[in-house]
Amino acid sequence: MSNIVVKENKNTNLRFNLGYSIIRFFRENIGIIIGFIVLCIVISIVNSNFLTTNNILNVLRQSSTNLYLALAMTMIIILGGIDLSVGSIIALVGVVATSSIALLGLPVYLGIIAGLLVGVLVGLLNGYVIATTVIPPFIVTLATMNIARGAAYVLSDGKPIRVMSMSFNNIGSGYIGGVLPTPVLFLIVILIICYLIMNKTKLGRYMYAVGGNAEAAKFSGISIKKVQLFAYTFSGLMAAVAGIVLASRMFSGQPTAGEGAELDAIAAVVLGGTSMSGGKGKIGGTVIGALIIGVLSNGLNLMGISSFWQYIIKGIVILVAVYTDVIKKKKS
Amino acid sequence: MNNSLLEMSGITKQFLGVYALQDAYLMLKGGEVHALLGENGAGKSTLMKVLGGIYSLDEGSISIDGLEVKINSVKDAKHFGISIIHQEIVLVPYLSIAENIFLGREPLKKSGFIDKKRMFQNAQKLLDDFGMELSASTLVDNLTVAQQQMIEIIKAVSFNSKIIIMDEPTSSLTEKEVRFLFRTIKSLKEQGVGIVYISHRMNELFEITDRITVMRDGKYIGTVTTKDTSNDQLISMMVGRELSKYYIKDSSNSEESILKVNQLTKQGVIKNASFELKKGEILGFSGLVGAGRSELMKCIFGLESFEKGEIIVNGQKVVIRNPNDAIQNKIAYVTENRKEEGLFLSQSVQYNITIKVLHEFMRFFKVNSKYENKETNQYIKGLSIKTTGVEQEVKHLSGGNQQKVLISRWLATKPQVLILDEPTRGVDVGAKAEIYSIMNKLAKDGVSIIMVSSDLPEVINMSDRVAVMCKGEIKAILNKDQFSQETIMHYATGGQ
Repeated sequence: MSNIVVKENKNTNLRFNLGYSIIRFFRENIGIIIGFIVLCIVISIVNSNFLTTNNILNVLRQSSTNLYLALAMTMIIILGGIDLSVGSIIALVGVVATSSIALLGLPVYLGIIAGLLVGVLVGLLNGYVIATTVIPPFIVTLATMNIARGAAYVLSDGKPIRVMSMSFNNIGSGYIGGVLPTPVLFLIVILIICYLIMNKTKLGRYMYAVGGNAEAAKFSGISIKKVQLFAYTFSGLMAAVAGIVLASRMFSGQPTAGEGAELDAIAAVVLGGTSMSGGKGKIGGTVIGALIIGVLSNGLNLMGISSFWQYIIKGIVILVAVYTDVIKKKKS
Repeated sequence: MNNSLLEMSGITKQFLGVYALQDAYLMLKGGEVHALLGENGAGKSTLMKVLGGIYSLDEGSISIDGLEVKINSVKDAKHFGISIIHQEIVLVPYLSIAENIFLGREPLKKSGFIDKKRMFQNAQKLLDDFGMELSASTLVDNLTVAQQQMIEIIKAVSFNSKIIIMDEPTSSLTEKEVRFLFRTIKSLKEQGVGIVYISHRMNELFEITDRITVMRDGKYIGTVTTKDTSNDQLISMMVGRELSKYYIKDSSNSEESILKVNQLTKQGVIKNASFELKKGEILGFSGLVGAGRSELMKCIFGLESFEKGEIIVNGQKVVIRNPNDAIQNKIAYVTENRKEEGLFLSQSVQYNITIKVLHEFMRFFKVNSKYENKETNQYIKGLSIKTTGVEQEVKHLSGGNQQKVLISRWLATKPQVLILDEPTRGVDVGAKAEIYSIMNKLAKDGVSIIMVSSDLPEVINMSDRVAVMCKGEIKAILNKDQFSQETIMHYATGGQ
């Protein structure tokens, strides 16, 4: 075969070093990053308490449970699906874990394992039904959303289940080395896992393939079912971690916990530039998306704006951010 | 016979009680290019999907190198060295070229993570070997259709397959790329690879293949040696009867101008396009993929905006900002992508035909279904659409009949200008001839037709005049005595 000159840069080494990935990350997400920075500057001008270490760690802690959900949701949306059940899983997991400890008298670690197991099971159920039937993910997870929420109410009889245990309470409210909040530590671990899955493994590659062109995936011999099963189970597990952390922070398992959490997670994913039609997106974008939501509500709180107004502002921010993103992509 | 690489015999496959394949047969030798020919629905693709492990067979046997094998999955097929280049492009848009080529068989490091460096280097080497001037890290989404097709081919070749199936590989390639593909095929042949080549383009079959197997209605009809057969023999084998006349076209000599386009310009797409369409003529638009033909038609039909230029209908300057304006001016546009941009696939034949003219059947607030039915049946009869009835869902019709439904929809609007964009793409031989006769009849009835087509024999035989476009410009408008494949290709590739 004849060799014709290859025009584009062939400096393959450049593509794989970290510096290049970071540069590319900034280039691809420039709009949302600038938005995030502007937001931070504006808030720090209005309120000098914003840029303190304490407050920043506070924002990170508050954003972390949303990010557990949002990172898994990113995978699912890239896969071409959606998971509406995560908010309800938070409640069910919280109730199961706290009642195991408070009512059954199990040790704290067993209660946590029970909770995580419940989350994994609901996720597995989602994944199994989606992979083996033709019912759309929206419908399947809408159903399990109701089932899980209902189960949380039934198990708790509609009342919070209190846990009086320092070791349980420390999971969500503790600090590592007296500085780093435990939920942020979990976040860092989860973030690393998600990054590796999405960028270094076959599994992550296959998520893009299934969401981008399911036919192509099938013809390449990829098992779509396995990929779906993994993503929804992982999402269940992440929701369970969020559920344990939240129950721990509230000293109780509450059947109302996590209401609307799935929508906050979806908002973070969408703000981060992941396409709702699947096949395209980055977890780095989701992190910034979740931080924007976190910083926004923190800033508005610092300014003393009522939570009623915060909903309206959040809605407008989502519309504007995604619209500018669409415009930007159209131009390029 | 000797050195049989692949033998499929007695292959039977049913879908919901309907035979898609019935006792189908194919014998492929190593180092040969073997065409599989047949009308749409003849079972070619189904047979290849059985071979590729996408469908399981109900009955029959497959032998490779004389040994009987069972192919139950895509993985099995790959294991036996079978690769398929599908008709529809099956690449993942937001992954890079390298990631697509190695999808499903990524090289791994010892740690279990993907070895990106090795993957990209190997992919780049493949691209270089094929003379593709692309970086392996380019996203597939940024490639042209033809480039994507080449990536599909490279991907299939990179498996070191013994058997490569190419399903209409040239349908979106330019002439240059077709040449390139043929060179690749020849070098694969020399390496002893067996190639099954599916195409409707007869001239390609005569150029590249060694033997041809013809299928009809899921059955094996016969195998012939390419150099001992003729176009007519193949067509009669495919259709099962002699086609009296394929292209039917009476010439038109009207001088009455119906549509005139002056200096139409759209930044970066169309440059100063001017032409005139006369009453009752068929004006062919030829050119390579991406020459701006469809874009120009979309501008005229109001689907795309343009910066400069004017459109004159019946001597009057008109403003067309959207398809409704065009319809008001009795212009109709039959899209080249009938499934994506044309038909409502899950709706009935009737729904699809009458959607634009429902107002004609309105009685107060409801549609009078009696009139609607009558009108629909008129088109079903007039264009001989093969359907079980007005209520049949369009997605169950064959490509040719779907195309006729779409043409009917636009004929219902009583157009004076009918723009047909690739009217016979994905349509089998029998239906092609029918569509040509419909076009001829319409032109005789005074409808002016613009036919955008990449099928050169079709352009030459059906057009009264041919406009040739290249890179957004109309390079020449040729009269009947001026056109030949050579002159058209000369202008289409930028000649003066």
